Amino acid sequence: MADEKISTPLLDELEKGPWPSFVREIKSAAQTSPMARDLLGQLELSYEEKVGHWKHGGIVGVRGYGGGVIGRYSDVPEKFPNVAHFHTLRVNQPAGWFYTSQALRTLCDIWERHGSGLTNMHGSTGDIIFLGTKTDELEPTFSELTQAGFDLGGSGSDMRTPSACVGPARCEWACYDTLKLCYDITMEYQDELHRPAFPYKFKIKCAGCPNDCVASIARADLSIIGIWKDDIQQDDEAVAEYVANGLDIQADVVERCPTRCMQWDGKKLTINNRDCVRCMHCINVMPKALRPGKERGAVLLLGAKAPIIQGAILSSVLIPFVPEEELFDTVKELLSRVWEFWDEYGMNRERVGELIQRVGMANFLDAIGLDPVPEMVSHPRDNPYVFYKVDEEQSEQ
Amino acid sequence: MPILEIEGRKYEVDEDGFLQDPNIWNEQVAQDLAKTEGIEQMTEDHWKVVNYLRNYYLQYGIAPMIRKLCKETGFSLNQIYQLFPSGPAKGACKVAGLPKPTGCV
Repeated sequence: MADEKISTPLLDELEKGPWPSFVREIKSAAQTSPMARDLLGQLELSYEEKVGHWKHGGIVGVRGYGGGVIGRYSDVPEKFPNVAHFHTLRVNQPAGWFYTSQALRTLCDIWERHGSGLTNMHGSTGDIIFLGTKTDELEPTFSELTQAGFDLGGSGSDMRTPSACVGPARCEWACYDTLKLCYDITMEYQDELHRPAFPYKFKIKCAGCPNDCVASIARADLSIIGIWKDDIQQDDEAVAEYVANGLDIQADVVERCPTRCMQWDGKKLTINNRDCVRCMHCINVMPKALRPGKERGAVLLLGAKAPIIQGAILSSVLIPFVPEEELFDTVKELLSRVWEFWDEYGMNRERVGELIQRVGMANFLDAIGLDPVPEMVSHPRDNPYVFYKVDEEQSEQ
Repeated sequence: MPILEIEGRKYEVDEDGFLQDPNIWNEQVAQDLAKTEGIEQMTEDHWKVVNYLRNYYLQYGIAPMIRKLCKETGFSLNQIYQLFPSGPAKGACKVAGLPKPTGCV
């Protein structure tokens, strides 16, 4: 049985076409891994019967940690004994996903010794994902990982593994050191990362500029996005060079500006920086001519989540600008206030963005001790329910 | 279903080692389950957590949220991990004979 080649006509369809195929990868692993072979068999069965064959919800883990391992069991273990257990490990990725090839080999070797050998580099959480092992292999894997300098990531109702874009390591637009902030946050909140105690998950992502390569605004409960406060740096000679090389600056830059804050008179590009919303479009089109300003830092946004019970929410501005040198302290202070309120009032499995929707932004701001500012408004006249207190009205008169 | 056997006593458990039938729980069962969690001897502190979870479960039919568990027992989360190395959900709830939690605790 074990040496037989499994027939997988339905899965074979997923190998067709020019794109990469997870079926091809599992098949390649199946040549040496019995787990991968049974995985193929069970997956083919799922496609035949149009039913998933993983049981819902397992609780497994390593000693001292409440997160990092996602338990998974087959509901047809008699047919596919090698995937009776098929737990997933999340391994905390290095900030910005930088590895030496030696580190990658070490990880893969550990996983071939203790698991299926199959990995996701990387999962949508950002972690290195080790797919498929048995309960008995969890502690040995964990111990080898820690000896190699790696640690498990977050899962369940905890602070998930923070992630960061490559930032200043490779990108000239980074407005702050995303890698350092991500590392500092990871080290500061080890308890919150490994021992789930929140109402639900909490994700933090650090993006160096508003291009937001880690999609923090759509996915992270706390999105930390690099931004500048002063004017876009402009090199007129380089602008002229772009035009000389055939760039239609009127159509491709000026008319695509969401706030129409730019003008091109045929010779000079004028930017009304007061109206700029930092969308990055013009900078992306003319990277040699335009670059973010010199006064750099980050904007802190709160509340994104993917649709589960209610629809998706994007993060919205909470603190419009924090200079880079104050960033870590501000994040810590903000997190302590937000977590305290969410812990106390959040319902089970309620993300912080949903809590804000339920109690109202005004009450939330009051609770965490922040004053409303115009930058928090994403659409004017959209939410008028912040009332002035009587004494404020009087003092203004 | 796997059978857990300790000194001749047999319990039906699920693949994660949780009791199949929460109604058969008693202190002896708790001590036996504790051994599977690497707890050699149940101390007064262990019982404080277990009894709280048990009573909460009997009253409400679910496990409490972790924050509530810490508040009511007076233990910090780290202390609970010291008592139950695999944590409140996998460790303490199992010893207290609760059905497998699905995300709370």
